[in-house]
Amino acid sequence: MKPAPFEYIRPKSVAEASVALGRRGATTAAIAGGQSLIPMLGLRVALIDLLVDISRLDDLKAVTETPDGVWLGSLTTHSQIEDGKTPDVFGGLMRRVAGQISYRAVRNHGTIGGSVALADPAADWPCCLIALDATVRVVGRSGVSVQRVADFIHDSYATTLTTGDIIMGFDIPAPKAALRWGFAKVARKSGAFAHSIAVVTAAGKDGPATVVLGAAGPRPRPMAATANQLAVPATTEEQLRAAIATDLDANFEGLDAYQKRMHTANILRAARDMRTQ
Amino acid sequence: MTAITVELNGVKVVDDVEPRLSLADFLRDRCGLTATHLGCEHGACGACTVMVDGLATRSCLTLAAMADGRSVSTLEGLRGDPLMALLRRHFHESHALQCGFCTPGMLIAARDILQRHTRPDDKTVRHELSGQICRCTGYANIVKAIVAAGQKMPQEPSPPPPAATSQS
Repeated sequence: MKPAPFEYIRPKSVAEASVALGRRGATTAAIAGGQSLIPMLGLRVALIDLLVDISRLDDLKAVTETPDGVWLGSLTTHSQIEDGKTPDVFGGLMRRVAGQISYRAVRNHGTIGGSVALADPAADWPCCLIALDATVRVVGRSGVSVQRVADFIHDSYATTLTTGDIIMGFDIPAPKAALRWGFAKVARKSGAFAHSIAVVTAAGKDGPATVVLGAAGPRPRPMAATANQLAVPATTEEQLRAAIATDLDANFEGLDAYQKRMHTANILRAARDMRTQ
Repeated sequence: MTAITVELNGVKVVDDVEPRLSLADFLRDRCGLTATHLGCEHGACGACTVMVDGLATRSCLTLAAMADGRSVSTLEGLRGDPLMALLRRHFHESHALQCGFCTPGMLIAARDILQRHTRPDDKTVRHELSGQICRCTGYANIVKAIVAAGQKMPQEPSPPPPAATSQS
């Protein structure tokens, strides 16, 4: 578990980091918390020439409540969110999600930007941020771009990031009414990557619902039929199960019978979790 | 090579390291501090847990270069720490170890748990300890020791809330 040799630099500014990441002829990687990248370097599934340490760039650490919601700089750690050190206008959803990621020692360093940049299909933040309709702001050689997280992640471990790009942070819109939410996760042990992640939200008592399922395919997908069914008053579990089956077939390929049962049970759990609020 | 300065257990250490050197290997091989154990070297087992700037940290998931300018505490540096003394006593009394390989990481994690939770119960300790792997004890006595140490801890005036994990 020793990484192959690489060069290490710690630029003083985002612009300098972006230039370094774009170094011609070199395979480069940005490191923030390193909680996924360092094992990947050790296992040599990632091989790089240059490691650019962005973990001390203050421009990526800003955390503010904006008129429309919350801005979380990409270096915001899971434990900062878990401990309520970031504005919470999501009724505790983000705190709950943060507290279930890996282990405390990992949460102390792992960042929300790193999690989304890696785009692991079983990671928690992509699923949660898509459910909250967050946008990601990216700075690179061609300037600044703003994209919905749902569009930013286009496949497993694949985002629209190109050479020299750095995630600045996330704009997460405040819900129009008090957020009701449910979160459920199936993992073999606490802290392990999940086999199923379900986030269910609704703004206020009668607001439209959103359901996002993660770890079921290359990237988290919104479950539209399930969300519509959830918004119908007096929906029965049978109706919900039928809607989930429709969504699973429409959004994910190659799920076996066990996986379908597991994802169905997990979404139902998240939905029940929300209905109790 | 990368020049680093680390405040290691209260002492300033200056060294030149290869960028790929992990903090764990730096501590063990360059500084001779072998309380920090390496089990899996990819963040799963928790044996290498140390404190960096007061935060529990996997020293196998941190590069020595990234610890430049930081303050690092290992188990050796916590010899005189009253909370660690309390934990050591309870680990001894509850027979919370067998081979002892995981114990340094367990003690560091246990101290971190007691700093964040006042009188944690069995369930909280088990959840918080899930990142530390022990292959001998079955955990029962480790959990017992930490819960007992928590009971004996002087009550903090205003303990921080135990974060979101309390919501079920």
